[in-house]
Amino acid sequence: MRKLGSVGVVAVAGSLLTLAIAAWTRQPPAQAGATITGKVKFTGTKPAMPKIDMSEEPKCKAKYPAAPPTEETVVVNPNGTLANVFVYVKAGLPASYKAPAPSGPVTLDQDGCRYHPHAFGIMVGQNLQIKNSDGILHNIKAKGTGTKNRPFNISQPTTMTSTRTFSAPEVMVPLECNVHGWMHAWLGVLPHAFYGVSGADGTFSITGLPPGTYTVEAWHEKYGTQTATVTVSGSETKTADFTFAGK
Amino acid sequence: MTNRVMFCVTLFGAAVSTPLTAYRSPLTAQDTVKGKAVYVKWCAGCHGDTGAGDGAAAPAMLPRPRNFTGAVYKIRTTASGQLPTDADLMSAIDEGLPGSAMPAWKARLSEAERRDVIAYIKTFSSFFADTSQHIVPLGFGKEPGGGTSAQAVKTGRSFYDSIGCRKCHGDQGRGDGPSAPTLKDDAGFPIFAADLHQSWRFRGGGRTEDIYRRLRTGLDGTPMPSFSDLIDQKFLTDEELWRLSQYVRSLSPAREPEVRDVIHAPQLGGTLPAAPDDTTWARVDRYWFPLVGQVIRKPRWFAPTVSGVWVQAVHNGRELALRLCWDDRTLSPDTAWLAFERRVLETVASDDSTPPVAGLWPDQVAVQLPRHIPDGMERPYFLMGTGTDPVYQWRWTSEPRRTVAGLARGLEQFDTLGAAPESQAVWDHGEWRVVLTRSLATPDTANELQFVAGRAIPVAFFAWDGSNGEHGSRLAVSTWYFLALDQPTPPRVFVSPVVAMALTLGLGFMVVWRAQRRAGGSRGTGAGVGAGAET
Ligand code: HEC
Ligand code: HEC
Repeated sequence: MRKLGSVGVVAVAGSLLTLAIAAWTRQPPAQAGATITGKVKFTGTKPAMPKIDMSEEPKCKAKYPAAPPTEETVVVNPNGTLANVFVYVKAGLPASYKAPAPSGPVTLDQDGCRYHPHAFGIMVGQNLQIKNSDGILHNIKAKGTGTKNRPFNISQPTTMTSTRTFSAPEVMVPLECNVHGWMHAWLGVLPHAFYGVSGADGTFSITGLPPGTYTVEAWHEKYGTQTATVTVSGSETKTADFTFAGK
Repeated sequence: MTNRVMFCVTLFGAAVSTPLTAYRSPLTAQDTVKGKAVYVKWCAGCHGDTGAGDGAAAPAMLPRPRNFTGAVYKIRTTASGQLPTDADLMSAIDEGLPGSAMPAWKARLSEAERRDVIAYIKTFSSFFADTSQHIVPLGFGKEPGGGTSAQAVKTGRSFYDSIGCRKCHGDQGRGDGPSAPTLKDDAGFPIFAADLHQSWRFRGGGRTEDIYRRLRTGLDGTPMPSFSDLIDQKFLTDEELWRLSQYVRSLSPAREPEVRDVIHAPQLGGTLPAAPDDTTWARVDRYWFPLVGQVIRKPRWFAPTVSGVWVQAVHNGRELALRLCWDDRTLSPDTAWLAFERRVLETVASDDSTPPVAGLWPDQVAVQLPRHIPDGMERPYFLMGTGTDPVYQWRWTSEPRRTVAGLARGLEQFDTLGAAPESQAVWDHGEWRVVLTRSLATPDTANELQFVAGRAIPVAFFAWDGSNGEHGSRLAVSTWYFLALDQPTPPRVFVSPVVAMALTLGLGFMVVWRAQRRAGGSRGTGAGVGAGAET
C-alpha cells in the first residue's frame, strides 16, 4: 500500500512536471514590444447558418452526436462577439522591416469534415501543414486570386499530412474542399507576425510590435473589412475594438 | 446549303478561314507584337481584349474561355499550381481543348504565329515575368505494359475506389458522384466532373499517358486535384497510378467513335429484344451520333450535356426495335441538381425575353422520321419540320415514364397521334438505355412512317437533359442520318454471329494445325494456339 502510494506520488509529480513544461513551452518567447488587443463585437441580427448534411460521410457525421453542424460563415459567440475575424497590421511598419519565417509550421486540420482553424494567418515562406484527421478523401485547394500566390489543389484520401508554402503577402487566400462543398477556410499570408484572430471570446491580440503608428485591419469573410489607426510605443498595450453589424 | 453543311458552320467556324498571307517571323524569337496581331484576330473574340476570358462570345460558353490574367492553366506537365511550360501552352493551342469551345489551331496558324501568340498571352499575367516562379516539368515514366489485362484494370479500379474518385466521378465514372452537383470552378462557374466514358472529350487528350499526366498535375482552376503527393507519401506507387489511368482509359471505346451515316438494322428471327439489357444487343453494331446545342431558333441553347447517342436497330420483318443509349449523369427530375441547374442557367447567356428558371424537368429523347420514305434527297426540315411539312417523331420522357408518337411542326408544335411505340428504359449509373419497338406497318399510313426493308430512311435524334434546364427549344440536336433495315439474307449465306465465331475459331485452329504439321511438330505450339484463339 505504502509502496503503491509513493509510486502514485511520483506519477502525479511527474505529470505535473510535464504539464508545467508543456505550458512553459507553449508560451510565446518573451517578446519585447507593444501589444494591440481588442474585441470584435457583433450587433444586429445574427444570420441563421444552414445545417450541413453530412450523411454522405458517416465518419464525419458521427463526430456531431448532439446536433448537425452548421456552416461557419458567421460565427457569433455566446457573449455576442464575432469569431473568425482576422486582425492584422496592414500598414505602418518601416519599409526596412524584415522578419524571417518561423521554422515551426502552422497546422490546418481537417477533422469532422471541417477546417480547424477556419480563419488563420501564416507568414510568407512558413510551412503550412495540412493534416487530414478524418481519413476520408478530402482535396484541398488554395484558389488563385490573380497576382499574388499560385494556387494548388491536392488530394488526401487518407490520414496524412501535406506541406505547402506561400510566396507573397495576401489577405486572404481562400481554401476549400470540393468533395465537401461546405468546407471553407481563409488564410492571411503576411510578411510579418503581427496578426491575430478573434476566438471563442471575441478577442484578439497582436504582440511584439515595434513603436509606431499602425493601420490595423479587421477582415471578416462576410462583413468585409474595417480599419483602425493605433499608435503604440514601448511595451504598452493599446486596445482597438471593432464592431460588425449583421444585415 | 444542306443541313449537314449548316452544322459544320458552328458559331465560330465562319470566322476561322485560312489567312491569305501567312507572314514570316524568326522561329527562334517570340514576338509579342506579332503575337498581339494574331491574338486580336483569332483569340480575342473568346478570350477578350484584355485576356480576361470575357470576349463577345464568352457568355454563351460553359466552360468559359480561359482568363489569362491569373495564369491558371489546366493542361500542364508541371506540379499543381505551377505555371505551364511553353510546350504545354503550345500543345493546348495546337490540339485545342476537346469537350470545350477551344479549337485546335495547329492547322490554322503557322508555327511562328502560334509561338508569338504564346508570348503574347503570357504578358497578360505578371507571373510569367516573375523569375522566382518555378516552372519544372514533372518526370513522367513510361506506361507499364499489360495495361489492358484484367489484372491491370482490376488494380486500377481498386485505387479508383480507395482514393475516392467516385465522390465526384460516380461509381461507374459518368460524373454522377454525390459531390458532383456542388462543383464550381475557381471563377464560381458550375463545372461537371468529367464523364470518364468519353475520353475523346478529355481536355488534355484521351490516351492513357494523357490521363496519367492529368492525375499527376491536376487540372488547375477546377476541383480536379493532383494526386502526385500520394506517390511521395507512398499511398500508391507510380505503377499503380498508371494502372489507375489504364482503368480510366478502359471505360471509353478504344477509339473516338466515328460517325457513320447509315444505321444498319439486321433482321433477326423470332421476337425482338424489347428490354434494354437483353443480351441480344451485345451482338448488334452500335452507331454514334453526336448532338450539339440548338442554336438556330430562339431561345437557343449553347450548353447541352448530352454529347451524343449510341443507336442500335434490329427488325424481324414485322417489327423494328431501336435501342438508344446515352450518358446523362442525372436521373431527371432530381432535386439534388436543382441548385446546379440554376447556376448553369445563370451562367449561360440566354436570348429568351424572359430569363429561364430552373425547374424539375424530365429527361427526354426524340427519334425523328419523315412521314413517308422520300424518293429523292428531299427531306423535311431537320429541326422538327415545318408547319406545312411536319415530321413524325417518337418522344420518350423519364417523368412520366412513357413514349408518345406525334407530328412535329417546328420546335413549338407537337400533335400527338393515337398510337405510340412500346418502350422500356433503364437509368444505370449515369446512362440511359431505352428500347423503342413498333410494327413496321401501321394503319395510319398518312402520318406514321411505314418501314420498308432495303430503303434509306432518314432519321434524326434529339435529347434533353432536364437537370441541365433543358426543355422546349433548349435541347441537343443531330442532323439527318439514315436507317436501313437489312433485307433478309438468303439462308445459304446467312451466318449468325455465333456460328461465324465458331467458324473463324475452327479455321484458326486448322491453320495452326497445318502450320504445326509443316513445322514438323511441337515447336511454336504456344504461340500457334494463342494466335488461333485470337482469330
Ligand atoms: C471559340 C472560342 C475560342 C477561341 C476562338 C479561342 N479559344 Fe482558347 N479557349 C476557349 C475556351 C472555352 C477555353 C477553356 C476550355 C476549358 O477550360 O476547358 C480555352 C482555353 C485556352 C487555353 C488554356 C489551356 C489550358 O491548359 O488551360 C489557352 C492557352 C488558349 N485557350 C489559347 C487560345 C489562343 C492562343 C487562341 C487564338 C489563337 C484561342 N485560345 C482561341 C475558347 C476559345
Ligand atoms: C473533387 C472532385 C473530383 C475528384 C475527387 C476527382 N475528380 Fe477528376 N475531375 C473533376 C472535375 C470537375 C473534372 C473536369 C475538369 C474540367 O472540366 O476541366 C475532372 C476531370 C477528370 C478527368 C479528365 C481530364 C481531362 O483531360 O479533361 C479525368 C481523367 C479524371 N478527372 C479522373 C479522375 C480520377 C481517376 C480521380 C480519382 C483518382 C478523380 N478524377 C478525382 C473532379 C474530380
